Order: sequence, then C-alpha cells, then structure tokens
Amino acid sequence: MSELTAGETKYLRKKLGRKPSAFELDVVSAEWSEHCSYKSSKKLIRKFPNRSKFVIPGLASDAALLDIGLGYVLAIHIESHNHPSAVEPYGGSATGVGGVIRDILSLGARPIALLNALRFYPLDNANKRYSQSSRWLLRNVTKGIADYGNCIGVPTVGGEVEFDRGFSNYCLVDVAAIGISKREKIIRNRSNKRDIVFLVGGATGRDGIHGSSFASKKLSGEDRSAVQIPDPFTEKLLIEAVLEAVDRGCVNAMKDLGGGGLSCCLSEISETISKGLEVDLSKVHVKEDGMSPSEIILSESQERMLVITSQTNQAYLTEILSKYNLSYSNIGSVIEGKNLVIKYAGDVIMNLPSELICRAPLIDRDTIPPESKSEDRNLYFRERPSDLYKSILKVLANPNIASKKWIYEQFDHEVGIRTVLKPGTADSSVLRLENGKYLAVKLDGNSKQCDLDPYHGTMCILSEVCRNIISTGGKPLAIIDHLQFGSPENAHIFWAFKQSVRAIINYCEFMRLPVVGGKVSFYNENNLGPIKHSPVIGSIGLIDRSEWIMMPRFGSEESIFIIGNTKDEMGGSEFYETTGRAGNGKVPIVDLNDDMRNAKAVLRLIREDVVSSLHDCSKGGLAITLCEMAMRGGNNFQVDLDKIPNSCSSISNLLFSETPSRYILSTNKRKRLNTMLSAISGLEFSEIGMTTNNGSESFLHHSKLNSPVILTQKNITDSYENLGTIMERTPVD
Amino acid sequence: MSRVGILVFPGSNCERDVFTVLSKFSGLEPELVWHTKNDLRGYDAFIIPGGFTYGDSLRAGAIAAHSPVIRELKKISEENLPILGICNGFQILVESSLLPGALTVNSSHKFVCKSARLVVKNNSTPFTTMFKKDESISIPVAHGQGRYVIDNRAYRKLERNNQIVIRYAQNDINGSMNNVAAVCNEQGNVMGMMPHPERAVWIQMDQDIRPEGSGVFESLRNHLLWH
Repeated sequence: MSELTAGETKYLRKKLGRKPSAFELDVVSAEWSEHCSYKSSKKLIRKFPNRSKFVIPGLASDAALLDIGLGYVLAIHIESHNHPSAVEPYGGSATGVGGVIRDILSLGARPIALLNALRFYPLDNANKRYSQSSRWLLRNVTKGIADYGNCIGVPTVGGEVEFDRGFSNYCLVDVAAIGISKREKIIRNRSNKRDIVFLVGGATGRDGIHGSSFASKKLSGEDRSAVQIPDPFTEKLLIEAVLEAVDRGCVNAMKDLGGGGLSCCLSEISETISKGLEVDLSKVHVKEDGMSPSEIILSESQERMLVITSQTNQAYLTEILSKYNLSYSNIGSVIEGKNLVIKYAGDVIMNLPSELICRAPLIDRDTIPPESKSEDRNLYFRERPSDLYKSILKVLANPNIASKKWIYEQFDHEVGIRTVLKPGTADSSVLRLENGKYLAVKLDGNSKQCDLDPYHGTMCILSEVCRNIISTGGKPLAIIDHLQFGSPENAHIFWAFKQSVRAIINYCEFMRLPVVGGKVSFYNENNLGPIKHSPVIGSIGLIDRSEWIMMPRFGSEESIFIIGNTKDEMGGSEFYETTGRAGNGKVPIVDLNDDMRNAKAVLRLIREDVVSSLHDCSKGGLAITLCEMAMRGGNNFQVDLDKIPNSCSSISNLLFSETPSRYILSTNKRKRLNTMLSAISGLEFSEIGMTTNNGSESFLHHSKLNSPVILTQKNITDSYENLGTIMERTPVD
Repeated sequence: MSRVGILVFPGSNCERDVFTVLSKFSGLEPELVWHTKNDLRGYDAFIIPGGFTYGDSLRAGAIAAHSPVIRELKKISEENLPILGICNGFQILVESSLLPGALTVNSSHKFVCKSARLVVKNNSTPFTTMFKKDESISIPVAHGQGRYVIDNRAYRKLERNNQIVIRYAQNDINGSMNNVAAVCNEQGNVMGMMPHPERAVWIQMDQDIRPEGSGVFESLRNHLLWH
C-alpha cells in the first residue's frame, strides 16, 4: 500500500535508479508520511531560535535537553495522539502517554512528570449529539491518561483543557513529559561496528499498522484497527529495566518505537549513529504467527524500545531484561557504511541508504490569507450590577474557566513526592528537583483567538504561558510547541500555520527563549471540516528558592495591585463566547515591550519579597482572576474598578477583556511595592483595592454603577464547580 | 539502626518515595528488597509500598499476594515484626489474608487523588503511637480500588478488637464501609492503609497538606527503638 504522491514516487525511482520493491515502498511511505517526515513544515520550523546557555546542543534527537545546574539535566518533549483518541479515546490517549514517556526514556532520563492539553466540543451545548460524544470522549480520554500515567508511577501534574464548537466529533490530546538525569548518564548515541541491536519490550503485532499514514490524512470513518493497544505494566518494566541498563553503562544507543514502527526507528537511529544496520525481521518476537515482513516493520505495537549494546555488555543487558521479565530479541547488528539492510530469514529484502529513507523531499505549500473572520466592533451590553453579577457567574461556570478538578483528581499527581504546587492550586505546576531548585511547568492554548487571528492568537498563548510560569515565581527557560492544524494542502490553513510559526519566532527571539522541542500535527479534520487552528505552547521555568514560589491566594487585609493596561480586546474572549457573541471583537495584541517590562517587574517584586499572592490575568479577564484569588484564599475583595488603568469603552469590557501582559497581586507591603513599581519607567500599574476576611462577600465598585456588584464565596465556588456537575449529571454517555 | 525492608514487585511505584522518606528519619535504615529474594531474615520491619503490582491484573494486589516472598512474610508476621502496607501494599496484605476484608473498586468508579481528612482511632499500633486518639490528620490518597468491604460479623469483631486504626473524616473518598481507611491484624503488628503517609512528610505549599504523614514513620522508629 503506497501512500506516496506521484512526485515522490518519481523522486524515489530516480534516486534508486530502478523501480522500488513493494516492501521498499511500504517502508519509505511510512517514513515519508507527514507525521514522520514533517515534509510540509520542516523548512519553516527550522527557523525557531534554539540556543541558550541552558540548552545542551547536538545530543537530543527525541527530546530536548536543558542543563539545570549541579550536574543535572532536564529532558522535555510533547506529543499528540489526536486521530487515535478521536476514534478510540481510551486507547488513543493512553498510548499517547506511553509514547511521550519513551521519548524521554530514549535519552536515558527518568520521567518525572506528565502534562496534558485537551480540546473537546462543549460538554453542554445546544447540539445534544455532539455534546454527548464530547462527554464520552472526555470521560475516556481522562481515564486513558489516568490508567496509564498512574500505573507507570509518573505524576500527571498539570494541564489545560479547552471546549469549543470547532471540535465536533473530534478531540485533541497532547501529552508532554519531563525527565531528569545526571549529565554523564545521558545516552550519547555512539555506536561501533558489530554492536548488537535489541528490540525490547512488547511483542510486535498487527495493531497500529499504518498508524502514521492514518494520522497523515483526514479522519474518515472509524478506523479503530489503526489504534494501538496500551499496556502500562510493560511500560513500567521497560522504564525500570532501561534505566538500570543505562545506570550500568550497557546502552550505546537507544530509540523508542513510535509512529512508523521499526521502519522509522531503524532508519533514524542509523542516521543518528552514522552507521549502517543489518536487521533480520524474522527474529523479532511477535504476537501472532504469519506476519509478513511489511507488517512486522510497520507495526506500531506499543511499549517497545530499540537498544544497541556492545558485544561485551550484551550479557549484562539481557540479565537486566530477564530480571524484569521483559521479552527481547536480538534482531541484528551495526555494520560498516550507512545503509539499512533488512533481511527476512536470512534473505536480504531491502538495502537502502538510511538517509534516503529518513529525508523525504520537502514540500513548499501554497498560502492564501483568508478573509477576516472577526468583526472588529464592540457590542452593546446592559450593565446594571445584576447583569454584571450574572455574567461573572456565567463565565466562571463555563467549563473553559471552571475548575478541572473532575479531571485532575483522576490523575495521580503526587507520586514521586516532588509535586509542590499541584493541579488546581496555581498558574503552573511546580516540582521539587534533585539540585535543590524548583521547576515550574505549564501548557497553554487558545484556539478561539488563533482561529480569528493565528498570528496574534499564538502570541497571546506565548505571553500567557510565560506569565503562568512567572506567576508561580519562575523565570521562563524554554518553550516547547505543538502546532495542530487541518490539512496543509489547504492554502488558507497553511497560511495560518505560517502565521503561527512567525509568532513563535518573533516572540522567542524578542524574549531570548529557545524553542527546545516541538511537534507538528496536520490533517486534524473530520467529515465536518478542519478543526480550529490549535497551537499548544509549553514553557518551563526555574525557581531558585522555595520562598519565591507564588500562589494566587488572597490573604486578609492585603492591598490589591494590577500591573498592565486593560484594552477593548474581546476577540475570542470567554465572555463573548459565553454570551453568544463569538466571532466579534479584536483579538488581543501582545506588545512585546510591555510584556517584557511587566514580567521583569513582577519577578523583581517576588525576589524582593513584597508579594503575598500573585495571579496572571488571562482567560475570562479581570473579574475571573479576582474571583479565583478570593476563592483559593478563602478571603474577599473590595475593588474600585475606576482605578484600573484602561482604555475600555464599557464596564463589561473592563471586567472580561483578555488583554495580555497583566498580573494581579496582593501585598502587605504596599508602600515599598509602590515605590519599586513607580521607579520603573513606562510601567502601568495601580492599587485597586483591598482584601478582607469579614463576612463572605466581595465587592466591585464603579462610578457608573449605582450600587456595587456583590459576589459571595458560595456563588463563586458553586459556579466554579460546574464541569464536575455536568459530568456527574450524566455519569454514562 | 533498624533495618526496614521495602518489598519491591514488578509494577511497584512508590518504593523510591518511601525509601527517600525513611532515610530522612535517623535510626531507620531502609533497603529495597526485590521480590525474588527468598530470605527475609535480618530485617526489623517491612513496608509494602504503593503501585500497580503486575498491572493490577485480576484484582489489585492479587498476583503479588501469591508470590514466594509473601509466603516468607507470613511466617515473619507471626514473629510480631511490624509490617505496613500502603495503598497497593494494603491491597496485597488483604489479598494474602494477612489482613481481613477486601478492597474493591471505588464507589465513584474513578481513580481518586486528593488530600483526605482522617481520624486516628487506634494509637497503639507500631505505626500510630505518635498520634493522639481521635486526632484529625490530613494525608493524600491516590487509588482506584480502595473501598474497604467486609461482612458485618467480621466488621463487629474488628471494632471489638480495636483493629480499625484510621477512618476517613469525609464521605467522598471511595465508599469504604464505615469510612475505614486503615486496619490492623489482631496482634496489631500488621497494618494496611490506603492513604500515602510518605506523601505528607515534607511541608508542601498546599495548605491542605501538613506534614502529618511523618507520625507514621516516627511511630515506627520509636517502636523499633524500644522493642
């Protein structure tokens, strides 16, 4: 089954000087699929800045490596499993977790944390059929991630969930993993002639054949046979066995098996070690008899790793594998040259340069800007205190804003005893590291804004993810990205992709942040059309001292400050979405200078110990930010909205605009904080009110309102629990 | 120094956490013991940590409960050595009949990971002497099969013998019979608990979790010191 285009077939024939065999075509078309080859995106994403003093260059292939001091390195990687999760949410999401864990393991690092970013159709919308399917997807995706992550003992420490009508009968499941290692233990992927190639772990079966080709076209029908079957127990054994083997120095080179199975793994590792490989497929341990060589080499069966070891260390390796009862087969050896030689029962059935297999001819896709989707106008909205009160509770109850407790309580987020800030407590998750420092990590996305304006939408995500790191006290170190779009063959979609890439380059160059890992996923479409553009951005940051760890939790009798200006930027806002105005308004624009100035100011305040609590102001706007801080701290607020620096044309815009680069903080050292902020030229900030602990009511005052908007702790909390309420109302879908 | 053996099975995943925590308590010397080891002599106490031994195949703890090392452990339990099972360790202890009752799927049918408020009902076991009777503590839980069930007559016997060591102080954890969170055997030397004390030892940023799990390990240390 060849998936090659006419042009690619011609290119291959020319390179070979002959007609390729059916087997060769199978191998090449797996590797040349969009999923494995990045043929549409490679030229563009090569331009991402990728250097900084923390990045360890030239080592990582599967995941990036960062030097975090005292001999420790961090590995980070992101993957998605969108197509499989949309047809088989349990298996699809679980194997997504397994895949990203093995990417970290390939480097010789111990996985210490998982995060996920999920996108679904609204759970409770007018279209009952789509909502029901969405609840089914959410339930099973959550269970899939939980059952896998919990079993392997890697905590799922954080994530991000978005519900939008752009995801009918579909979902996006992104999983990121972080690993830690001592620098000297990292696998360098150096191998010598006659080294032995082991295939370790799960047996190879007919599951997931053509999975990467499946993921490289639109979803049509429900091709469940292309979805792999998860076995977290084997993965757990694989993790422990591989790390023990790394520790004993018996791994020369290593690679996980993912999309494209052995065909991609063998060709890519052969290129990485700059040597040839000779492998006999008949030696692979299989699940069933009668598998053809093509089926064996293309199978995407899970929980498998390729380990290359020396002749002398072979016995140590197999001893460790036996200790863990792991199956393995000695499938071949490293040879002179740079060819991948595939045999079956002794007969050579393929002998091609690895480079030819690995490097698909790249494609320049057309781009055409679409007509503007968003109408840049402001909408009239009644603004009596009671209207504003209702709107605030409605936005709080929107599952995009509401607590994700129903999801994260199903994930073991504490195993490893290093989770300092857990899901639901702060703007990013914070982990204790072996070197005495703390790691802040977060994923973010916003398909609503990106759909209206992919450039500024992507900018907003970048700004938000960095603010989330800063709001827990971290200094952003690096960015990872996952760009999820529809078909790149559609010139409008490819235009949007390019805009998103341009935003990442511009933001990261300005902020001097390296992009240390990424992934592109195209063809996210079903019979109803493409998804909204959904880049997901992750960031990690370091916090040097535990005193600098910040939480969004109002204490009592503290002064409340806002940093940053609020503008009429309602495009893609949760307020417009909740009140039926989606598609209107201007997508917020990140002013890079403001963004950096505000970030630096906040980090300085933290280090000078003048901040009691801190929260980034983003999805849902100012009103939601205040409510969250009140709820988490169990204290109330009195805020004078007139004091907020703004250029808004209405009170609701002031309350709900999602203008980036803003922070809300509380302090009991208002004088010092005032002095420090006043000294920064160009910084917009103001003291806007006080926190209180008397009674249970919070107040928002405005000169144009004849009475304040009054919110009680109970109203806020009840609305905020809405996601769980929806999911428990219909326990089975 | 008291040697504490931490039994490790394929699929255990809290053994390093327990090891790290125990090594912070002076007087305790933790050691990871791989499940194929058939001689358990020379240890002063054992802990079976949490995890998913054998991937929870059949039932949580069922396969590990039939391994040779548990047969050895049963012999040792008769010598009054303290044995603590945490989470999956508790499941293994009930599956191997070292403790009465059974642990089955949570009534929510979902895995639950959160901080749980608890009440210590028996403070005379080797793992609870540092607590006051009826003391309220918070320790996180993380399990999918933690609902404790037992027949009524056996339950009454547990109550009579003071074998219900810890109860949940809230009803929304897993649907355990009368909120049972930890039980011990008749002699009191074997205890199983669903909450993870090793996860509540360091002060976390989260105010909901105080270092109240330490009491379990401090109690064990004191017990080993004086016995």
